[in-house]
Amino acid sequence: MYNEKVLEVFANPKHVGVIENPDGDGTVGNATCGDIMRITLKIENDIIVDAKFQTFGCTAAIATSSTATDMIIGKTVDQALEVTNAKVVEELQGLPPQKMHCSVLAEEAIQEAIKDYKAKKNNQQSVSKETRFV
Amino acid sequence: MNIYLDHGATTPCDKAVVDKMLPFMTDVFGNADSLHSFGRQSAKAVSQARQDIAAVLNCQPNEVYFTASGTEADNWALKGAALMRKKQGKGNRVIISAIEHHAILTAAEWLKKQGFEVIKLPVNDKGIVEIASLEQVITDDTAVVSVMYANNEVGTIQPIRELCKIAHKHGALFHTDCVQAVPYLKLDVKDLGVDMLSISAHKFYGPKGVGALYIKNGVRIEKLLHGGEQERAQRGGTTNTAGVVGMAEALKLCVANMDKNNKHIAKLRDHFESRVLKEIEFVRQNGDRQNRIPSVANFSFEFVEGEGILMLLDFSGIAVSSGSACASGSLDPSHVLLSMGVPIEIAHGSIRFSFGKNNTMEQADYAADKLVEIIARLRQMSPLFNLKKGEVHNV
Repeated sequence: MYNEKVLEVFANPKHVGVIENPDGDGTVGNATCGDIMRITLKIENDIIVDAKFQTFGCTAAIATSSTATDMIIGKTVDQALEVTNAKVVEELQGLPPQKMHCSVLAEEAIQEAIKDYKAKKNNQQSVSKETRFV
Repeated sequence: MNIYLDHGATTPCDKAVVDKMLPFMTDVFGNADSLHSFGRQSAKAVSQARQDIAAVLNCQPNEVYFTASGTEADNWALKGAALMRKKQGKGNRVIISAIEHHAILTAAEWLKKQGFEVIKLPVNDKGIVEIASLEQVITDDTAVVSVMYANNEVGTIQPIRELCKIAHKHGALFHTDCVQAVPYLKLDVKDLGVDMLSISAHKFYGPKGVGALYIKNGVRIEKLLHGGEQERAQRGGTTNTAGVVGMAEALKLCVANMDKNNKHIAKLRDHFESRVLKEIEFVRQNGDRQNRIPSVANFSFEFVEGEGILMLLDFSGIAVSSGSACASGSLDPSHVLLSMGVPIEIAHGSIRFSFGKNNTMEQADYAADKLVEIIARLRQMSPLFNLKKGEVHNV
């Protein structure tokens, strides 16, 4: 039911792991549904220079995790937000219909990690503002 | 190396069985119901097959009804019995176990839609129906009780004799799905006491597309397939001559070699199981370790998902089944494991290994070696495992 591209990516996933002290960190899904994905990002000047994932999930979940992280490296955070599940699935040359929900997880994990990055950045800015006022 | 550890799904057809079947596809091709010599030749073979199967089941040949699958036999037994008993004004309640195969589960759901009251017997954490649970729900208006002999996912053997006695005490019919039981357990209908019993040839080294339903003489059930006069006018459809000849041959071979094969299969399974439990942490063995058929080892590997394990094993040439939701295409993991109280997140990481008579110790060891590697690899990808271990992995 999986195409060869999906199986190939699943067999040799890229960017597995966790970035230490990440600039962005997002975890989505839950164990009851059988899918959890965590993406950690290293970001310099709003450009994603590295991304790593950890996924508890099926073949499709792992393949989409690998492909999604691969697709956002080198992109700006705003460009990365445009990496939708449809684009990840397209890159994988399609997923079986009952597996489409797995690709949504990757999109959500990226959004979550970038949200975390932006929140951290805002905190830093507000912290530096506060410092100025002190 | 290609290693088949999915004998619960299907088995390879024995060469000896195929040899017996082949003439009935070409030379002896007559319709067993035709009056001419071509037909009579086929009819003779069908009659012999029926006698051989009856001898194994310890019943009369006219109590053996051929079907096209185990699923058909199960559907016929459950629906046929329920509909007939209702027509006779003898009851509206259908009782099955919570761990039945989908052939019974979905047939029962259909009966529910027809107005039957369907009750599912729970199982204990070992995957066995407790006898008292039937006593609690059975009433004198129970039409039929159906409980499988051996479970297909965890291999547990159910207390059929005792459950059957309780059903009969309340005037209910008793059916048992023996599709997974055949190559491992003796099926003597007199000893078991059952009214109906289903088997399927491809689970015991016979061909696909052929099964049988034993219906005790005197027990009347509604027809499922209306058609010609085949199977004592109870099941229409031209008899699958080659199929029933193959099924009879496979059954005879199974029974003749049962003790030897059981010993061999159990030795492989037990060796594999002990290695898995010793070499992999955070693993749960599902099902009763004593009361089960010798072929099945079912494990839940925490922090990983079953379909991924299945695919990686497949890449290593090892074929298994998974109880994960992902592998089944539904959103829920195995109903059998959930009924046993296995937590849903752990049930997602379940794999069934089912050994067969043609497997070797070398294969069992190879599968264990690969499994250890694969679980480690998937866990290294799993955020849950790292949380558990309190470690951060960088690759």
